[in-house]
Amino acid sequence: MQDFGEAFGLALSLVASGDADLVEIVALSLRVSLSATGLACLIGLPVGALVAITRFPGRNAVLILFNALMGLPPVVVGLLVYLHLSRAGPLGFLGLLYTPTAMIIAQTILITPIVMALSRQVIEDLHAEYADQFRSLVLSRWQQVSALIWDARFSLLTVGLAGFGRAVAEVGAVMIVGGNIDHLTRVMTTAIALETSKGDLALALALGLVLMVIALGVNALVQSLRMTAVRHAYA
Amino acid sequence: MTFNLRFGVTTALALALSAGLVSAQDKSIIVQSTTSTANSGLYDYLLPIFAEQTGIQVNVVAVGTGQAIKNARNCDGDVLLVHAKPAEEQFVADGMGVERFDLMYNDFVIVGPNEDPAGVAGMTDAQDSLEKIAGSGALFASRGDDSGTHKKEMLLWADTDVNPADGSGEWYRETGSGMGATLNAGVGMDAYVMTDRATWISFENKGDFEIQVEGDEDLFNQYGVILVNPEKCENVDAESGQAFVDWLISDAGQQAIGDYKLNGQQLFFPNAE
Repeated sequence: MQDFGEAFGLALSLVASGDADLVEIVALSLRVSLSATGLACLIGLPVGALVAITRFPGRNAVLILFNALMGLPPVVVGLLVYLHLSRAGPLGFLGLLYTPTAMIIAQTILITPIVMALSRQVIEDLHAEYADQFRSLVLSRWQQVSALIWDARFSLLTVGLAGFGRAVAEVGAVMIVGGNIDHLTRVMTTAIALETSKGDLALALALGLVLMVIALGVNALVQSLRMTAVRHAYA
Repeated sequence: MTFNLRFGVTTALALALSAGLVSAQDKSIIVQSTTSTANSGLYDYLLPIFAEQTGIQVNVVAVGTGQAIKNARNCDGDVLLVHAKPAEEQFVADGMGVERFDLMYNDFVIVGPNEDPAGVAGMTDAQDSLEKIAGSGALFASRGDDSGTHKKEMLLWADTDVNPADGSGEWYRETGSGMGATLNAGVGMDAYVMTDRATWISFENKGDFEIQVEGDEDLFNQYGVILVNPEKCENVDAESGQAFVDWLISDAGQQAIGDYKLNGQQLFFPNAE
């Protein structure tokens, strides 16, 4: 149990001293996971919205697939991306393995299904309210999609946060495609795994605390943005 | 908000693209290596010296020897630095590596709880002590991950009358993970563990564990270094990779390996010819 007290002290002193290595690792974590979240939203929101407002044969099967893909194991995603980006793989010529870009790709694949599945649900509920109005206005499908995404934006922020949370917390995918290379591809979670394997449990736990504080910070920031925006929207 | 969304997306794309370019700036190579060398801090000591002399940035991917060799076979590295001589020689024989050089050695030890339930403390015969552990009802935690350490352990078991697979899940616990994780598991369940000495010395969660068996010649742990064959893998930076190999086996590199100490103890003993 002494590890807990030690971890708190370590976490505080790491943050207070502005430890250069820690700053680098935190910055890369944020860069990778925020990029992946942005890309996942770019792909996932329109697809989710389109599926929400469209009826087509086999739609239920697609919904089940979306929902099942939310449970993609990170290590499997990592392995698939590794096999593609490896020099021996079909995309090896790009030379992306063991770079932050590879990590962004892996996390994007990991969380896009989450964004798709959750935004599909959010937008489908909203669409039920809007359907008659859309019919009377004779809007095109894409006009409907953009109107729905825009009007559901506050709920969709939470969808984005769910994706970000999954991305920033996973270790399996970035470990394989990033390689946990010091000063190049080391992020919070792989650093925690490394310190654990060195038996430095207090430091590992301290890094874990820092990671949780960062996740808390990102969520608080988004929440306050959202509240400000909501006030403006309904003022 | 539309603007913000677009801005966010553009930023994300820009970040994603710029990230790919970072690695192309300097001369850098990727070394596929083992957790034992990385976790002990050896690279943190050696690489800055090498970088200062040559300007070459060395990026280390630390995985088990089996995975390191597999990655190198996929051309995902310029240099291979591992510890499983037969597998390394196979790698070169298959044309994947240019030439294998002996680099340095340390040794394996068997660690266990202070009470020593199997009564192997002080034994100097590796095989005898493994047999004794197997017959004592005490637990043994194995890497079980096809790493250099795991291959070595399996070779030792092969010389005994015990087939550890028969006790798998009972007294023989295969963690399927790295050396540090296996030591954590061993300490957690009072299981004997075979580990390389360097990892053990630098390991910080020893609990009440102590070295119980050491000193057998069969516990010798030889590391080798190989340049991945540029004829098989055209992405290999042969010049920088060869420079790293040459430096490691040169007097300067060997001296640096011998100089590295942790808690006052030398971890690796250079023995390039």
